[in-house]
Amino acid sequence: MALGGMSLIDFLFYIICAAAVVLLAAQAVINPTAFVQITVFGLADGAMYALVALGYTMVYGIIELINFAHGDVFTMGGYISAAILGFFAINEQTFTAVNLVAILLVFPAVMLIMAAINVGIERIAYRPLRNAPRLAPLITAIGMSFVLEGVMFLWHGPASVHFPDILPHGPGFQTTIGGVFVTFKDGFVMVTAVFLVTLLAIFINRTKLGKAMRATAQDKDAAQLMGIDINRTIAATFFIGALLAGAGGMIWGLYFNNLFYNLGFRTGLVAFTSAVFGGIGNIPGAAIGGVLIGLIAAYSDSYIGSKWTEVVIFGILIGVLVFRPTGLLGMRVPEK
Amino acid sequence: MALLELESVNAFYGRIQALRGMSIRVEKGEVVALIGSNGAGKTTTLRTISGLMHPQSGSIRFDGRDITRTGPSNIVELGICQSPEGRRLFPRMTVVDNLFMGAYTRNDKPGIASDLERVFTLFPRLKERRTQIAGTLSGGEQQMLAMGRALMARPKLMMLDEPSLGLAPILIETIFSIVREINAQGTTVLLVEQNANKALEVSNRGYVLETGVVVQEGSGKELLASEGVQKAYLGM
Repeated sequence: MALGGMSLIDFLFYIICAAAVVLLAAQAVINPTAFVQITVFGLADGAMYALVALGYTMVYGIIELINFAHGDVFTMGGYISAAILGFFAINEQTFTAVNLVAILLVFPAVMLIMAAINVGIERIAYRPLRNAPRLAPLITAIGMSFVLEGVMFLWHGPASVHFPDILPHGPGFQTTIGGVFVTFKDGFVMVTAVFLVTLLAIFINRTKLGKAMRATAQDKDAAQLMGIDINRTIAATFFIGALLAGAGGMIWGLYFNNLFYNLGFRTGLVAFTSAVFGGIGNIPGAAIGGVLIGLIAAYSDSYIGSKWTEVVIFGILIGVLVFRPTGLLGMRVPEK
Repeated sequence: MALLELESVNAFYGRIQALRGMSIRVEKGEVVALIGSNGAGKTTTLRTISGLMHPQSGSIRFDGRDITRTGPSNIVELGICQSPEGRRLFPRMTVVDNLFMGAYTRNDKPGIASDLERVFTLFPRLKERRTQIAGTLSGGEQQMLAMGRALMARPKLMMLDEPSLGLAPILIETIFSIVREINAQGTTVLLVEQNANKALEVSNRGYVLETGVVVQEGSGKELLASEGVQKAYLGM
């Protein structure tokens, strides 16, 4: 059935989106301050989801694997950064120069450590299955996820782990703009995420290795015929995905100040939903999807009730997979 | 000594033998055509030379080296580049980025820049469309891009797999005249074609393949005049 060129499914999709937007707009008009406040929370969460979603989408783009261990690489980034921060004489009461130095040093360190671990995971768990049926690496990825969660469980046990509160905080670093409460941390999360995503975009679009990764994602045989070593580009994809996830884990810790061993399970699923929502395999799509899912989760928490938020998010996952598998920015690949 | 020499190459897809004692050679400066029907092993021969698959037995020598077990990226570095069957462009990258991917193994910036100019001179259409996304080009333009991309590797031996496939007759003429020109500029060409007539016209020598083995060889003219080839491939 066609409605002015749209299928019924597309039509329903637009109706639902329009209804959601109208309801949100109504809330925004009724209480604009609360709306902006919720939006700030949503953007901060969304920025972190985006960092994790990028790893899912890049790996899917290049080897069509949903890397279920990716959420746990994110959590482990938080655990390891907390451990390294323990070596610094950091001060949780006030922001000191040591705190600044610690943050500046631990960020790159944890990113590189997680990148190395992720490349190792690819080498051990996925590369031997490169030519196996698709289900095999998928199951291995779930197994890898359990392994990482198990390691973190053994390390710190089932209780949540405190992450040092070393970002500037307290009365001097928060303000109320027109009734909206904003902290330094909110700004920090968003600025850091935008910075990292910009670096990624430059890398992917401008550098030779970045272009080779895109070429490998688009046609592996052709990439090999151009002399591209695809094992190297695939390893690079895992490396970069984990740089972002590791940074995401540390940012999460700095923002929420607590972590637990299976945080990556839920966060990973939400980030995966973001990647699917934006169009799996599409890099800008994952960034946008992450921010949108962060916002939707925040609106759902406040306007529908937090107990419904998972229903909303995973409802979106199911809806997108059923009705619009290419996601928001998913491309229709031109015929070769 | 031949630039490229395959000696009794046997290659398999799983349990199916695709090449049965394939022996061909390509001299420096030649255009050599491989003709034959579907399933004769033409594309497999090119894939084996490129290192995408390896022979079970037999040997491949290129430029004085044994490349039987060499991987695809090293083979490109040694000077063999292929414009594969079905073009296999990077569909979501621009024309220029596709061309730069052809030069992936090279690091000489001035050389790459001058080769880009050379490709744009051979294919002015590509210059007009340099920022267009490859997947949105027409079939003829895609073929030009696939050839240009292979040339960007500055290969000693360029392999073309079915360059005329699916193109309008006028474009086929253009493509083959460009093959001649590329050869005249000093690149050796190994050409795989179903369009035997056209292929043999531009070739110094040709091989007729059937089920993975060479059944006839000769100069382009000889094969064009041969009764067997006329019947089987030229529809005469």
